Amino acid sequence: MSAADRIMKGLFGIYFAAFFIYLFAPLAIMAAATFNASRFPTVTPWQGTTLEWFDALAADRGMWDSLWTSIVVAFFVVLVVLPVGTAAALVLTSLHARARSLLYAVMVSPLLTPGVVIGISTLVLWRQLGVGGGVFLIVIAQSSFIICYVMLMVAARLMRFDRTQEEAALGLGASKFMVFRRVILPFLKPALFAAGFLAVLQSIENYNTTLFVRGFDTPLTVYIATKVRTGLTPAVNALALIMIAVTIVGAVVYEVVRRRSRTASQASKEEQPA
Amino acid sequence: MAELYRRFGGGLGTIFLALVAAWLAGMVLAPNVMMIDYSLRPNLPPAEIGGSRDVYSLQNILYLANEGVHRAIFFKTVWASALVAFVTLVVCYPLAYWLAQNATPNQTAIAILALTIPFWVNEVLRTLAWYILLAFRGPLNALLLALGIIDEPVRWYGNTGVLAGMTYAYILFMLFPIYNSIESLEKSQIEAARDLGASVWRTHWRVVIPHAKAGIATGCVFTFMLAAGSFVVPALLGAPGSRWFTEIIYNWFFEGGDWNRGAAYALVLLVLCLTVVLVTLKIARVNLTDVAK
Amino acid sequence: MSHSVELQNVGMAFGQTRAVTDVSFTVEGGEFFSILGPSGCGKTTILRIVAGFLDPTEGKVLIGGRDMKGLGPDRRPTAMIFQSLALFPLMPVWENIAFGLEARRVAKAERRKKAGELLKLVALEGLGDRMPGELSGGQRQRVAIARALAVEPQVLLLDEPLSALDLKLRQHMRAELRSLQKRTGVTFIYITHDQSEALAMSDRVAVMSDGVLQQVGAPRELYDNPATPFVARFVGETNAIAGKVTAIENGLATVESAFGPLSGRVGDGLSAGSAAKLYVRPEALQHKTQGENRLTATIERIDFEGAFALAHGRLEDGSLLIASIPSTELGKAPEIGTRAPFAFQNANAVVLPDG
Repeated sequence: MSAADRIMKGLFGIYFAAFFIYLFAPLAIMAAATFNASRFPTVTPWQGTTLEWFDALAADRGMWDSLWTSIVVAFFVVLVVLPVGTAAALVLTSLHARARSLLYAVMVSPLLTPGVVIGISTLVLWRQLGVGGGVFLIVIAQSSFIICYVMLMVAARLMRFDRTQEEAALGLGASKFMVFRRVILPFLKPALFAAGFLAVLQSIENYNTTLFVRGFDTPLTVYIATKVRTGLTPAVNALALIMIAVTIVGAVVYEVVRRRSRTASQASKEEQPA
Repeated sequence: MAELYRRFGGGLGTIFLALVAAWLAGMVLAPNVMMIDYSLRPNLPPAEIGGSRDVYSLQNILYLANEGVHRAIFFKTVWASALVAFVTLVVCYPLAYWLAQNATPNQTAIAILALTIPFWVNEVLRTLAWYILLAFRGPLNALLLALGIIDEPVRWYGNTGVLAGMTYAYILFMLFPIYNSIESLEKSQIEAARDLGASVWRTHWRVVIPHAKAGIATGCVFTFMLAAGSFVVPALLGAPGSRWFTEIIYNWFFEGGDWNRGAAYALVLLVLCLTVVLVTLKIARVNLTDVAK
Repeated sequence: MSHSVELQNVGMAFGQTRAVTDVSFTVEGGEFFSILGPSGCGKTTILRIVAGFLDPTEGKVLIGGRDMKGLGPDRRPTAMIFQSLALFPLMPVWENIAFGLEARRVAKAERRKKAGELLKLVALEGLGDRMPGELSGGQRQRVAIARALAVEPQVLLLDEPLSALDLKLRQHMRAELRSLQKRTGVTFIYITHDQSEALAMSDRVAVMSDGVLQQVGAPRELYDNPATPFVARFVGETNAIAGKVTAIENGLATVESAFGPLSGRVGDGLSAGSAAKLYVRPEALQHKTQGENRLTATIERIDFEGAFALAHGRLEDGSLLIASIPSTELGKAPEIGTRAPFAFQNANAVVLPDG
């Protein structure tokens, strides 16, 4: 190994360490601040270890209300995005190449639109129809782009679908509805679970779009952001810590489901001769 | 369409089409059309709507062009977003390269898992973490003071804070596209370049980067778009002197009470983002189909 | 007796490309009928037309004497076995087999019972609760057959279902398919590009090329009396010798070739004075000096194939001649590098128009 290579290696080592410190230090500090007895969330100076902020969080009615709002929103978002996203993927894969790429561009356009613009355009449209901001509009605005994720995930799985299964089912006398219910839908199930999970996460974590269409309703992210302005205490850190724990557990479950669906699809691939 | 009906029959086919139409027409197209409509009309009291003064004009957009402060904030948002994209690229490239070419499969799996964990935590909380870290009497200043690097606390909130927070927030949108594109580069090509006497830098400049062009373009485009449209990062980590264009838009809606002007500003932001996205992809010859993965 | 299948002037075009042109034949009820041809010859298209996955652009299909026009695959008395088998990977074996019954709203207990009977028929008892992915290739094959038989079809359509299996298993499954067909009495239409498969299993075979039906007949008939040069070349090995027809009499045609006059049976569409080819099978060529027709070839090599050996020789004009020598007579085989005489009988050769 030449001297230059050794220097490169050393430099990379420093960079590598710095990268992961950059990645995790803020989260670690935020988590640690939960246990500091300081009024403002920080770790310097350490004013004694305490669990009082969890109690403070539990006593925070506003937080519970906003959590409930977020859950209601997420519930309805999933209800909207799964059927529509699945339909979009099915329509897309049933089209011929040219029409498909055009429709595809339209379908992914919400992903290339800034979140604030989605919120604003939804707000102005529905005001015209006499509907103001609130849970309903949050669901509509969030769904309009979360559908894209569902569509992409379902379409990706559909790519691996062996269409002769449909023909086999039809040939055995199944109606088209039965083919959908007994053959296509079970095949899509893992993707639908994953997409549903992602949709819940996207919905709960969304801020930019939600901010414009929330009306007088306050979902969790809005509540947290407001807290920063009106008096941040480590109770918010306690909330963050719980949310991080929940999301990480969720992420692990998601990964497991995804891996399992991959093995299942491999098994179905082996079904066909090379 | 015929294929759709042949495949699913009249009932299901119609349901699918209706759902997709409702989404694309009602939730994507109509809102944007209405936003354009809003941005071209003047802001009038309810009584005058539909009256003689309610005519289409470019007034709202021209207002942005002529109002010095807003115009400056707009351009600052554009170049700052570009800067965020560039910094994120510089930060991510070496790691993406290492993951794709040098790491063992095990190392890659662990590193990717570690990278995705902060991504699962939502953007508001990630930004909040930086808000705590960068506070005037916060841990970062305490550390730097203790190390003797600075003599008095630094006010991080403002441009520095926004840059740090945004880079942090969008790292994955940069890292994964680059990683994916470098991964498909055969190691033998890099070795061949080195063998022919190219320096490390030249190898990257002439072999790796051209190969990873599509991934780099995709990452930059996403980072730029997310940065330009970000609200929470500048709101939390910014200072009065570092206002972001999205904050101006927000003010028109909820403080200035002029939705028409707000819609016009949002339209400008949308056009900016779509232009940057499409032009960059065109230059890098990336297909839209390859972007959304 | 199961239904017959009749194709009347069936044609199929996909946009500009023609897949099938004017095909007519009748498959008798209870017959094992194969459609043989190289890939891209239109045989799979024909099968899909019979199954109802494709509507022919011309002509019609009758099953059991009834016109099938406008009936989808779910309304026809047919069942298909796909090349990929297309088992449903997420359903246990018994649900796969009973799927057609489920479509017909048969009660669950009844479905289970029927699936059990079919599993017994294909010798897979006790595997009903396995998933398809847990079975071997041969077992999956049987599940696909059982699934198709469960709907009690009049006609079973098989699209090269054995092509994914290894040689030993394929030969075993051939015998099993054949015996299953005899036991059930269902009409089988079997698609294959493997001529030995078609010849071994079928009552009758249709040979196709480029979307055109070449010949329909019993395996023996195709082999002994090919109607077209394509059939002569595609079914079994053959030697072709070009020449000009000089005389046709008593069912024999004489061809003036580069090696003198040679005679064989008169094929379809032959006229005196036209260009033609004489086809003679390797096993019809005998290594001897005397006979009705004689040829001389320089032996290049002899490939031992087990029951017989194939002698590869060059005729005077440089074209290849292949003769089969039974292994028991290898002692009398010509030496490599020598000029060896071969003879064949008129009745063992056929003369067809050149084309």
